[in-house]
Amino acid sequence: MSTRAGSVEAVDGPVVTVADAEGISMADLVEVGDDRLLGEVIRLEGNRATVQVYENTGGLQPGQLIHSIGGPLSAELGPGIIGNIFDGLQRPLEMIEAKSGAFISRGVAVASLDRKRKWLFRPSVRQGDQVHEGSVLGAVQESELIEQRLLVPARLNNVSSTGLAAQIATVAPGEHGVADAVAGLAVDRKETALLMMQRWPVRRPRPYRKPLLPDVPLITGQRVIDTFFPIAKGGTAAIPGGFGTGKTVTQHQLAKWSDADVVVYIGCGERGNEMTEVLVGFPKLVDPRSGKPLMERTVLIANTSNMPVAAREASIYTGVTLAEYYRDMGYDVALMADSTSRWAEALREIAGRLEELPAEEGFPAYLPSRLAEFYERAGRVVTLGGMNGSVTIVGAVSPPGGDFSEPVTQNTMRFVRCFWALDKALAAARHFPAINWIESYSEYLDYVEEWWSQNVAKDWRRLRDAAMSVLQQENRLQQIVKLVGPDALPDEQRHVLETARILREGFLQQNAMHPIDTYTTPQKQVAMLRVIIRFHERGKDIVARGAPVIRIRELPIIVLLMRMKTDVPNDQLAKIDEIGLALDRQMNELEREYI
Amino acid sequence: MDTTRVSREYVGVASIRGPLMVVEGTTDVGFDEMVEVLGPQGDRRIGRVLSVSRDAAVVEVFEGTSGLSIPSTAIRFLGRPLTVPVSLEMLGRIFDGLGRPIDGGPEPLAREWRDINGSPINPSARAYPSEFIQTGISTIDGMNTLVRGQKLPIFSASGLQHNTLAAQIASQARIARREEFCIVFAAMGIVRDVATFFQRRFEESGALENSALFLNLAEDPSTERVATPRMALTVAEYLAFQEGKHVLVILTDMTNYCEALREISSAREEVPARRGYPGYLYSDLAAIYERTGRIKGVEGSITQMPILTMPNDDITHPVPDLTGYITEGQIVLSRELGLKNIYPPVDVLPSLSRLMKDGIGEGHTRSDHPDIASQLYAAYARVKEVRSLASIIGEEELTGVDRSYLRFGEEFETRFVRQGTSEDRDINATLDLAWDIVSLLPRSELFRVTEEEIRQRYRVRKPGD
Repeated sequence: MSTRAGSVEAVDGPVVTVADAEGISMADLVEVGDDRLLGEVIRLEGNRATVQVYENTGGLQPGQLIHSIGGPLSAELGPGIIGNIFDGLQRPLEMIEAKSGAFISRGVAVASLDRKRKWLFRPSVRQGDQVHEGSVLGAVQESELIEQRLLVPARLNNVSSTGLAAQIATVAPGEHGVADAVAGLAVDRKETALLMMQRWPVRRPRPYRKPLLPDVPLITGQRVIDTFFPIAKGGTAAIPGGFGTGKTVTQHQLAKWSDADVVVYIGCGERGNEMTEVLVGFPKLVDPRSGKPLMERTVLIANTSNMPVAAREASIYTGVTLAEYYRDMGYDVALMADSTSRWAEALREIAGRLEELPAEEGFPAYLPSRLAEFYERAGRVVTLGGMNGSVTIVGAVSPPGGDFSEPVTQNTMRFVRCFWALDKALAAARHFPAINWIESYSEYLDYVEEWWSQNVAKDWRRLRDAAMSVLQQENRLQQIVKLVGPDALPDEQRHVLETARILREGFLQQNAMHPIDTYTTPQKQVAMLRVIIRFHERGKDIVARGAPVIRIRELPIIVLLMRMKTDVPNDQLAKIDEIGLALDRQMNELEREYI
Repeated sequence: MDTTRVSREYVGVASIRGPLMVVEGTTDVGFDEMVEVLGPQGDRRIGRVLSVSRDAAVVEVFEGTSGLSIPSTAIRFLGRPLTVPVSLEMLGRIFDGLGRPIDGGPEPLAREWRDINGSPINPSARAYPSEFIQTGISTIDGMNTLVRGQKLPIFSASGLQHNTLAAQIASQARIARREEFCIVFAAMGIVRDVATFFQRRFEESGALENSALFLNLAEDPSTERVATPRMALTVAEYLAFQEGKHVLVILTDMTNYCEALREISSAREEVPARRGYPGYLYSDLAAIYERTGRIKGVEGSITQMPILTMPNDDITHPVPDLTGYITEGQIVLSRELGLKNIYPPVDVLPSLSRLMKDGIGEGHTRSDHPDIASQLYAAYARVKEVRSLASIIGEEELTGVDRSYLRFGEEFETRFVRQGTSEDRDINATLDLAWDIVSLLPRSELFRVTEEEIRQRYRVRKPGD
């Protein structure tokens, strides 16, 4: 099915120039040279074409042939995605391992979805039913957690939201492979077969009916995120931080504990051992809501730093296409991309070899528009099939030298609405997650307030704002403390420092390795915050009556406030009420001395 | 690789610029192919194809181009990538930066020839590293634990004792069952004295017979450095994954390597990224550092300890910065501790071992290890704050608690960080020492350890106790 499309003119790393190019279009996938390396057309000039090759081009010679395989780089969408680990081109790494051993060799041809495996299809439509783009045809149990809904494919050339209506001509329940027909559609009196799997070009966003406001929080179980800088389902967030500040651990925590239905984790130009950690760890971890292994809802895209750079550029699009596919079934999908900087560097490397005029720091001028296109694929939507689904995107950013003024961080900030700034000083003191509470922000705060108020607690926003105010006051006071020491401050202000210390150590800091602390329910988050704010307000009154702050600091309750994050299990919140009662008793006693 | 391709020879080149030559009229030349260059006196040099088009090839000559002329230079394209012979016999031997013996011995018999670029390890074939390596150095074992299959660089600066530290680690490193390491050592642009120092330390500790040394010295051609770590790692991969050895790879100095890369890049007139380094520096370094790890079902392992010097002590310089993003942590040496005459001058706060969490605690080292390590970090971070406060308001004005932090800081540096150049502390000694020093702090300051651990291991100490 491949046709001759030209011959190699020149080779410079992953960039190959093609002479006598014919019959190929921009973004077409081609096979390059005798080893049939996969590549993508990125420039056409007269009868010359430029191809970025997804595999190592060592040994490739001018004169070798180029073959077109028709159409752009596309993902295969169907059962067999969940629980799998793919490279940036959606080639399953386990199949590659079976073919070429522990080291990845070139030109390995493997299908994205296993053609041999059979899946039980349970239709939900009958002959004669009217369907349109995005309608559910039926379901396949893909993993213990995910029921994959098979959809009428959306048409590529018509992204209208009205869609076409057609009649179901045949339905084929039972066991099928992904390349088998599961239904037939009567279109213009002809029957079109619908396969279990469909294909979609990864650089093209999948269509939906209409967007919705992102007003439901994605609960992550991470206190500093959920309570202070929440992200909404369908929202976008960036985690920038220098090396060692905990980007990857934070991303792993989100992948583990987010209340999304499906998690797509893209290791883009990062460490091989980190992907192994997910592969080894996730099957052992249990989803707190369903009790099933987390791997049953996770798909991994691994294009590690030493794998070819062009495939790294593609991995982001492959990942987001898979995420959109599950969104279209009505699922909430969370996508983690670690790290978008490595993807931007892949763009830069290709642009440099094409001798394009660089903008800032050698990055191409189209960096901002590419970033925007990527983050705009997030969103909470009504799907073509009329269901609600969402894609949430969390991108890690690795600024050189930890300097947020560099182009990738700055351009990312323009397109994301939630910014979790990681702080080197916090990381050095092993305060994790090292999310700086002064520099970070979330524009979803107002959107999700209603949800918290209705589903968790009416006073969530008040408590959150009170705590934030204490932390901001502390930030100002610390600058004075650095000059004159804490003892020079008036007692009222020293009490602020004390509450801030409890907030920092007892609330913001969260140990990913601790069995209880690793995940905190929204209910426990509010309960913890409520007693800490109670401590602050009662203490403030008592200090105002003339009690020295040292008396408050000596209260035995403080140790309990500091330790409730690890000592109180999520399902025993009565213990926090008891801590609240003990707090009131100790404060009452103290108060009596200063009436 | 295709071995049927025949070699083709050309006489005369179109241009020579820095380490690069352009050869015109070539046919059937492949990208990244190995090249032999014959100079006017018949001297043989090695190079590789950097880019190729229908009628010309750009060739990088590893040994430099000085002495070569346009009409008389002969070029032979070998039709295969740059390869290195590998075998067990390479242990105990010393090679130059391109893998040729320089110890007077014969060429080792090759079991096979391997492409020095290697191939990426499939992430799904990796085994997750979690076996504790005892280096005998408290700041590493206790607070930045190294595990088998990890890549953990030393970030140093000129004048600090990174070489002594690396040699000490190489001779002391052990795994629980007392298995020893083979050492593959690659020097890039280091001065002769330093190379001699390592050679002597390896001889003294008896490690030399279990080592393969690749030496590209400061006086050697700089472009050769681009091949040296790849040679060394290809040998390491053979030893680890074919022969089942546990291999410790020491690469020094990565800053020199990166400078060689920059030199070639600027000769090619490529668009630079930061500070003149090429945009692909990250990918290039990753291709070196990622050749580390363990593979499922294979006995051997590769642990990497690259050393780099931070120009102007600047950790945000592209070389340490990009390295830190690829490696699994870093050991940072500090000039401040060096000036206090503390060896090894490891600054624990910016140091980190990412794989530590899975290699310590119950079943690996000791159950209290994770908590006491975390407590040491928190306390020492506080020491830094208290010290800067004390320098403004004076020590006398500090609270009692803050003064106890100062005492803690002092002992931490002089007893825990400092140790002899051949002092080999086992992990129990390191952790007991940690508890002894933490005991200088009041009990109420210990938030990172459990009540149970405090009961077991904490004993109140007064100053001078």
